Amino acid sequence: MFGAGGGTSAYQEVEDTDLVLLWGSNARETHPIYFHHVLQGLRKGAQLYVVDPRRTTTARWARGHLPLDVGTDIALAHAMGRVILDAGLENRAFIERATTGFDEYVRAVEPWTLERAQQVTGVDAGLIRETALAYARADRAQLCWTLGITEHHNAVDNVRALIDLALLTGHVGRWGSGLVPLRGQNNVQGGGDMGAIPNKLPGGYDVADDEHRGRFERAWGSTVPAVKGLHLSQMFEAMERREVRAVYVVGENPAESEADVAHARALLTGLDHLVVQDIFRTATAELADVVLPSCADWCEYEGTVTSSERRVQRVRKALDPPGEARPDTWILHEMARRLGHDWGQPSAEEVWDELRSLSLDWHAGMSYARLEAEGGLQWPCPGLDHPGTPTMHTRLWERDPALRGAPAPFAPVEHAGPLDELSAEFPLRLTTVRRLDSYNSGVQTGGYASPLRRDEALCVDPADAEALGIRDGERVRMVSRRGAVEAPVRFDPAARPGLAFITPHFSEQVDVNLITNEAWDPQSGTSEFKATAIRIEKLDVGSRTAAAETRVPVAGS
Amino acid sequence: MDLTLLADAPTTAERAAVDAVVGSAPGTGPGSPTDPADGTGAADEGRRDLLLPAFHAVMDAVGWISRGALSYVCETLHVPPAEAYGVATFYALFSVTPRAPRIAHVCDDVGCAAFGGEDLCAAMEERLGPEGSGEEVTWTRSPCLGLCERAPAVFLQTTHGHGQIAPADADAVTHALDGEDVAGPDPVVSTPQAGSPDLELLSRVGVVDPGDLDSYRAAGGYAGLRRALAVGPARVVDEITVASLTGRGGAAFPTGTKWSAVAGSPDPVKYLVCNADESEPGTFKDRVLMEADPFALVEAMTVAGIAVGARLGYLYVRGEYPAAEAALLRAISEARRHGYLGDDVMGSGRVFDLEVRRGAGAYICGEETALMNSLEGRRGEPRAKPPFPTVSGLFGKPTVINNVETLVNVLRIVEQGGPAFASVGSGRSTGTKLFCLSGVVARPGVYEVPMGTTLRELLELAGGVPVGLKAILLGGAAGSFVTPDQLDVPLTLEGTREIGATLGSGVVLCFDESTDFAAVLRRIAGFFRDESCGQCVPCRVGTVRQEEALARIERGREIGGRTVELQLLDDVDRVMTDASICGLGQTAASAVRSALSLGLIGSGGGARRNGDHP
Amino acid sequence: MTTVDLGTIRRLVSVTVDDVEHRVPEGATIMDVLDSAGADTPRLCQAPNLTPVNACRVCVVEVEGSRPLVPSCARRVEDGMVVRTDTDRVAHSRRMVLELLGSANDMSQAGDDVARWSIEYGADPERYGPVGPPAAAGERGNRHAGHHSAPDGETRATVAQPVTVDNDLYVRDYARCILCYKCVEACGTDAQNTFAIAVAGRGFDATISTEFAVPLPDSACVYCGNCIGVCPTGALKSVAEHERREAGVWDPEGETVTSTICSFCGVGCTLELHVQDNTIVNVTSPHDHSVTHGHLCIKGRFGFQHVQNVAPPRDR
Repeated sequence: MFGAGGGTSAYQEVEDTDLVLLWGSNARETHPIYFHHVLQGLRKGAQLYVVDPRRTTTARWARGHLPLDVGTDIALAHAMGRVILDAGLENRAFIERATTGFDEYVRAVEPWTLERAQQVTGVDAGLIRETALAYARADRAQLCWTLGITEHHNAVDNVRALIDLALLTGHVGRWGSGLVPLRGQNNVQGGGDMGAIPNKLPGGYDVADDEHRGRFERAWGSTVPAVKGLHLSQMFEAMERREVRAVYVVGENPAESEADVAHARALLTGLDHLVVQDIFRTATAELADVVLPSCADWCEYEGTVTSSERRVQRVRKALDPPGEARPDTWILHEMARRLGHDWGQPSAEEVWDELRSLSLDWHAGMSYARLEAEGGLQWPCPGLDHPGTPTMHTRLWERDPALRGAPAPFAPVEHAGPLDELSAEFPLRLTTVRRLDSYNSGVQTGGYASPLRRDEALCVDPADAEALGIRDGERVRMVSRRGAVEAPVRFDPAARPGLAFITPHFSEQVDVNLITNEAWDPQSGTSEFKATAIRIEKLDVGSRTAAAETRVPVAGS
Repeated sequence: MDLTLLADAPTTAERAAVDAVVGSAPGTGPGSPTDPADGTGAADEGRRDLLLPAFHAVMDAVGWISRGALSYVCETLHVPPAEAYGVATFYALFSVTPRAPRIAHVCDDVGCAAFGGEDLCAAMEERLGPEGSGEEVTWTRSPCLGLCERAPAVFLQTTHGHGQIAPADADAVTHALDGEDVAGPDPVVSTPQAGSPDLELLSRVGVVDPGDLDSYRAAGGYAGLRRALAVGPARVVDEITVASLTGRGGAAFPTGTKWSAVAGSPDPVKYLVCNADESEPGTFKDRVLMEADPFALVEAMTVAGIAVGARLGYLYVRGEYPAAEAALLRAISEARRHGYLGDDVMGSGRVFDLEVRRGAGAYICGEETALMNSLEGRRGEPRAKPPFPTVSGLFGKPTVINNVETLVNVLRIVEQGGPAFASVGSGRSTGTKLFCLSGVVARPGVYEVPMGTTLRELLELAGGVPVGLKAILLGGAAGSFVTPDQLDVPLTLEGTREIGATLGSGVVLCFDESTDFAAVLRRIAGFFRDESCGQCVPCRVGTVRQEEALARIERGREIGGRTVELQLLDDVDRVMTDASICGLGQTAASAVRSALSLGLIGSGGGARRNGDHP
Repeated sequence: MTTVDLGTIRRLVSVTVDDVEHRVPEGATIMDVLDSAGADTPRLCQAPNLTPVNACRVCVVEVEGSRPLVPSCARRVEDGMVVRTDTDRVAHSRRMVLELLGSANDMSQAGDDVARWSIEYGADPERYGPVGPPAAAGERGNRHAGHHSAPDGETRATVAQPVTVDNDLYVRDYARCILCYKCVEACGTDAQNTFAIAVAGRGFDATISTEFAVPLPDSACVYCGNCIGVCPTGALKSVAEHERREAGVWDPEGETVTSTICSFCGVGCTLELHVQDNTIVNVTSPHDHSVTHGHLCIKGRFGFQHVQNVAPPRDR
């Protein structure tokens, strides 16, 4: 944010804060060790507010739980912003000194009275007010979010609305005050930092920046396109238009993890050539023309990953890989050699040192020796004598404009509800969630014997089920505008009337992405996994066998 | 917090019992505890401190704590069930397995065993079968019940009420278990000096009606509080310091030091706690004070609370003292009704109130920090010191904790002044002292004498030095034995220390030549093995090894001979004394050590069999 | 003269240990001072990532002005404090703690340090008589506080009992449990805040227990395994380790330990993979890392089956 794609705070800061606002995050289960830091903060007297449609285990630790309707985050954030403005609690000095676009922001939140916000979000107006005032009055506050904010068709706008709250109150750039996007995967931060984003080069440089791109081109001895590439959702659209005919998938399982997955599978199947490089024979690999078995780099090879606090840390080889599996870098270099470019076979450290020579601002100071000795380092770390940067954007508090640098812009975003609208035909909101002991599509977690694991089920509020005459445990069909799948029903106290939820962990039991909405955020490419409109139908006895036939074999099983 | 509860639901009776406790709790009273330092997180204002009251309510209603009841308690008070279970299983008066709803606890401890206790146990077994075996009615052995002057003693714990019988016989116990009303003990019986003009602490015992505020006032009651309010807190603390009042619970710590520390603390929230968990075997003085003169303790606590700046005081009464608890509850209610407690004490504008909490069968809770943990709804495990309670006590706040007798002394000090009090006795041992005489004495009971009175003079008051006196357990199970040649020891802190003994809690338990001292020692060792909280290794394992070694010596089955066993006992003694966390472990070998050194079991059968088991 | 680096700026205080003066930051424990001076201070219930409970008492020292010995792990230094570790009383108490534990517990998996201390201090657990019969499963947890059967002294009481195996991830071998409270702390306020286990019962009969001793799968347990991570005696261990030990193929000499980063969520927890025969047998985390402080979640500690090049324990 503000030109750097990473959270602003170190984990430790949540132990030294006065208020924690967890927004769209069930960190107790999805980021358990971060939540340990939150708990230490609570023990030291911090207050916790949780924004989540469900009464999660996280929410049960909160002083205030704001159970908003799915996809109304901007409405809620704007209402909070208005409360803060009305109370005169905006941080004038910070706003004037370090931001732009304040007036537009004021206009954007103006319509969001508490009454309207309560109507749109379903959250009690008094609770919205309490939370807003607590956030604004806190000496230090941490605002954290996860997929509850980003798995929407307007993910980037959602994030901007939260950043606006931090700018409004000055809760950024000070120890204990900051913005923390908790990353869903161990290296989603590092992947982006290394340039696996359509418009970025390694080190966060924009591809359109001639000076920096030129440096990369000189180092690599080749031309780098100056135009933004495609993100995942755009790739599938390009496949649909038959503009993309060959796909090389590395460590991703779109045949299971994409929204509206039947459509995605059809597109993958229709390609001229599909290469899958993975540690598993995934559902996507089943569709491939060529499968390249790779190492589990986190324990079978060497390298680095980057965490949600921008901490670069070393992964190391502990196990010999099975069979013909090879490190990803080995495969890529071998691929290059066979395509006529002999890059040799550099070690992981040699690859890293090349990155350091180009990522001058973030990574230049992070030698393997330092990463080893210092338990990882947080970027930016521009030199070997630089200690790394636990808290970012402290510059915004500098008195000297030269040191302060570019101001942080407010983003006057607009509320837009889920595209998959509720209707008489699809009256129930389905959201996808994750459980403590499982991970995403389940290929990594399916193999260990978790005593917590239960069969997949559609979790509903008893009132919704009873209205349909459905018993706890009964098998039902859930239908969306895209398709239907069967699942048993489970009464769950975390649900509430009108809101059901399910996980993506067990597609072999319930292939939920057959019914989720592929509508994606034009800015991030993330699909609207969190908001599907469904109805629940009772099954007649005959349809159960049909359900069994829909099961797809899954890697890792 | 994200509690996970068992699926079991409470019965209607269990739910009602818990709801009654939570509903009646003074949650918004002055200084009422919320516990941000608890495992519940800052956001969760659980009432863990009501855990023991809730368990008591369930026990009193249905006789045991079922899964459903525990889950409901946890849900209501926001306590993790594993922790609640750990608390429930810590206390002897709670049961987490189905148990007869009417149970007689029969004392077989050192003060009762040889004086009818063992006979009564045998009779109960004959009538009701083995300990704990009946479905509706049963009996069980108990450590000292604090009724030693009228051995043998029985405590009744039933779903139709609690009671005490002493002296008890099998008929009376059986009838009481069947629901017949039991006449409470008569405190006058326990104070042979009653009515004597020389008495200070006992001056009203047997004289006033303990249930009647007017009777108390007619006997000079509430003059102390009036004077304390008139002179102000600082002066009261000063008088206590000048009086050189030392704690009467056994540790003899200077009271003025505690009070000054808490009064001077900048923390706005402070607590006063009365340690009325009298459980040292052979001790019953505090019970007599509470039963016979409850207003005195209530008044004294009010003086103390206001003096140190506490707005709320807790009275932690031993669970086996139902009559004392009832007398105190009645007195507090009366005092509150007449403005002696509450938001405007005696029209002074000062705030002070009292809450009574019932112990649940754990000697260790007489240790001050264990008692505080118990008040907070935790296992009665002593805390590390430092920090001391005056810095971080109840709910982490500065706390004064005093024993009942100590507090009752306060009234006389504020009325007469510290110097007058200090003029009685000598050195650190000032004022009068209560002693609990039992065993082979002619007139057992509580006696009040000036500090410095000799043991012989004390025995004379009780009818003379007993014929055939062999040894006296002085100071309780945590004290030590003295012999007839030591009767001229002045009963002061200094005097007893000179002969390697201690005043302790004022126990003077007399044994004659017919005593089976090996059995007495084994009972004491068994007592500490039962009452060790288990937290630290020296005490948890040491008390077991001590009892085992004494069993071998008693049976003449020494490993490697008597000398080897004595060395083993000495090694265990030293580690318990040196390295235990609290006073329980540090004194768990005290009586055994003194008995062995005095040769009280020196000529037993074991010696003759030396070498039989190399 | 040594100093203890606690990472923050504090006033220095002066402490004398065995006649040597040390200048140390206020807030340091006596054990910090002893450690920085290179003393070999025994410890069982102490862990750098847990609040001291000072329950085991094996680290005691003499402090001038205190009649009882003082636990060095918990007591914070004060200016002018005079500490002695070289006295008979200290040696005796340390010896007796090790001896008493050895007499009641199976200490055979408590590690090399404990074995060494036991020899150095001269602990002789056998002098308390032959070992008594083990308790039946669940029996120890059912004893009532304040009541026990009087012993005859012919055998010594122990905490021996069968191993509890009630889930696929870890076992509880309470014959080895010394009630150090570490697992309770790690499950509780020091890390996980799940409170699935607590100390139940009293005195020698106290046990670590769930409510009503229900099996772990019926309890609040979330299988973070942080209890295993802090257990000093092998009372808590992974099923993988338990089974290898039972099968006689446990090979600590052949074990490698490699630090890497967890492959799941974006928090970035450091994992130490303990590998025997190219198979992960345990996962730990360093207590001194700012991210984990030694604590993990179920996925980090147990979710490695997908890289085990062996058949999974059960088919999904």
